[in-house]
Amino acid sequence: MIKVRRLVKRYGSKPVLRGLDFDVLSGEFVALLGPNGVGKTTLLRILASLSKPMSGEVFIAGFRLPSQAAAVRRRLGVVSHQPLLYGDLTAEENLRFYGRMYSVSNLENRIDKVLALIGLSRRRRDLVRTFSRGMQQRLAIGRAVLHDPEVMLLDEPHTGLDQDACAMLNHVLGEVAARGRTVVMTSHDLSVAGNLATRFDILSHGKIAASVQRSEIDPDGLMAYYRKIVNEV
Amino acid sequence: MSDNLRDSYQVTNPRPLTNFFHAVWAVVWKDISAELRSRELISAMFVFSLLVILIFNFALELDARARENVTAGVIWVTFAFAGTLGLNRSMSMEKDRGCLDGLLLAPVDRSAIYFGKAIGNLIFMFLVEIIVLPIYTVLYNVNLFVPGLIITIILGSLGYVAVGTLLSTMAIQARTRDILLPILLFPLVIPVLLAAVKASSGFLQGVSYDEISPWLNILIVYDVIFTAIAYMVFDYVVEE
Amino acid sequence: MIPKPRLLIGLDFVTAFLFVVAVVMVFFYAPLEAVMGQVQRVFYFHVSTAWVGMLGFLVAAIAGIVYLTKGEEKWDIVGVAAIEISLVFFFVAIISGSIWARPIWNTWWTWDPRLTTAAIVELIYAAYMMLRQGIEDPDRRARFGAVYAILGFLSVPLTFISIRLLRTIHPVVVGGGNPTAAGGFDMSSKMLQTFFFSLFAFSVLFIDLLWHRIRLGTLAHKVEQLRMKDID
Repeated sequence: MIKVRRLVKRYGSKPVLRGLDFDVLSGEFVALLGPNGVGKTTLLRILASLSKPMSGEVFIAGFRLPSQAAAVRRRLGVVSHQPLLYGDLTAEENLRFYGRMYSVSNLENRIDKVLALIGLSRRRRDLVRTFSRGMQQRLAIGRAVLHDPEVMLLDEPHTGLDQDACAMLNHVLGEVAARGRTVVMTSHDLSVAGNLATRFDILSHGKIAASVQRSEIDPDGLMAYYRKIVNEV
Repeated sequence: MSDNLRDSYQVTNPRPLTNFFHAVWAVVWKDISAELRSRELISAMFVFSLLVILIFNFALELDARARENVTAGVIWVTFAFAGTLGLNRSMSMEKDRGCLDGLLLAPVDRSAIYFGKAIGNLIFMFLVEIIVLPIYTVLYNVNLFVPGLIITIILGSLGYVAVGTLLSTMAIQARTRDILLPILLFPLVIPVLLAAVKASSGFLQGVSYDEISPWLNILIVYDVIFTAIAYMVFDYVVEE
Repeated sequence: MIPKPRLLIGLDFVTAFLFVVAVVMVFFYAPLEAVMGQVQRVFYFHVSTAWVGMLGFLVAAIAGIVYLTKGEEKWDIVGVAAIEISLVFFFVAIISGSIWARPIWNTWWTWDPRLTTAAIVELIYAAYMMLRQGIEDPDRRARFGAVYAILGFLSVPLTFISIRLLRTIHPVVVGGGNPTAAGGFDMSSKMLQTFFFSLFAFSVLFIDLLWHRIRLGTLAHKVEQLRMKDID
């Protein structure tokens, strides 16, 4: 579903990604691990077509980035650090706006369903400005799944969430994965990623340093393995 | 490998292209509903406009004779200042919760975002102008409801907003975003302001159309050139 | 350290030589203008600096277009180099214009179309520098700079036309609207030769400075890269 070859990205003179190769098969749930500042967000922004690579090839669902970005964007659902929501609009107005931007068919129906899924049906007419961080994050996830994307990209979605919200997020992500969707999620916290992912990729020095299937490793082993990779210079 | 990927990928639901005009309208609708709720932008622009007019009253001693000459200048300076306030606010709303990224993620042409934001800004600008003009008329007993003046205001606001929307998109992405917009915008819109002031005062003083038409031509040329350029370069202003 | 190219060293000497010749021509070869006297000699360098200024802004606009289409860093270096140099030259043009205007028009400043446009142009490119200073990400800084350089250059003719229109419809109060009205003169052939030689000398000076500035920009870029390598 996702294919990345020899990807290079610098900020000014500072190299962030150095010839990175990355593959995700359809239906996989990949947790992208690594310490802060290692380039996880950069990689995700490139996959989301928000940032252009300096060199290398990126394919998503068979479409090339950045030249076929519009086709890719239609198939992506993105949850970023920020909720990407308008504070002066209500929850349902936010969803309605994004639904129109994606030409979601049968929109009102779909909004009802999504609001039920993220547990915000009762607050649909409240301004997003009045929402807590956790509720904003829920709605951000609702926004990302609104057009039923084939590929989900999530950037540290658990940051700043309380336990309830985390459970809800995991529930939604489980549902997305069960529908055979492809998910790439960055995290610096192994414990939250461990419950969901089918594969763990560790990003280090601008490349994927290691990739392990969930079936191959137990949580403690993963932790030890991660430490070893990250501390290796 | 890419062929394999293509094979393994199944179309699970139809992915229609979002119609350009639907997307533009969605952005405009979103800006208007947010504004109807908060009324922050319009009220700020409106109060600010009144303040500018009052300050001019004291600064210029707007007696009956002076009014004849400076009315056009006063209203355009008012619109220009209130306009930067509106442009800044409208764009920083996109930056607050990362919404600009949200817009960029949508499967629409980038220019739909530009035109959506520009039309929204234009509507707010017109609204303020519609409120300020009758107030000025009442306060200073100058009739501002001249058809030619209305056309001038439409043309002038168009050029101002076309450049302003593009530059405010740049300004909010800078570290110095609060102070940058007027510095970037004013030197570039001098032709608009000058032509608009001259055409407006021409219409107000009942000058013959032959003397006004060059100014209207400048406004039209400016509007066309800068809308086209903004449309062409907007991609580079929002993409990394 | 990359050695200074030989051609550039040669150009430095040629520029210095041309410049000295230009100065000599202005003061000793060109005849004294009958009406205005010595102050008229400012004219040669005044027009030359203004010409170099506009040339640089044009170069920056073109470099901006090329940068946006190709995305190569060197075009950003060219653009910012051209604008930095032109800002200085244009400033000199405005100052030398004032020196000339004082005895001829009896005022340091008039709202003449050319002078006014020049002041606005100077402000546009000052805004350009402020825009660049306000952005940390080098890639974004280059893109925004390119966009603004293009917009700025396009607005100059419209600004000039509208200010000129303003001054011709309404009579100008102070000092006469343009140089042909008050302070105009016919150039003798020696004056023309001096004039064109000054233009030529300043153009070469511009190219020489631009080359130096681009080289400086490239070196700064390399230093930055080396420093990054060191950190890793």
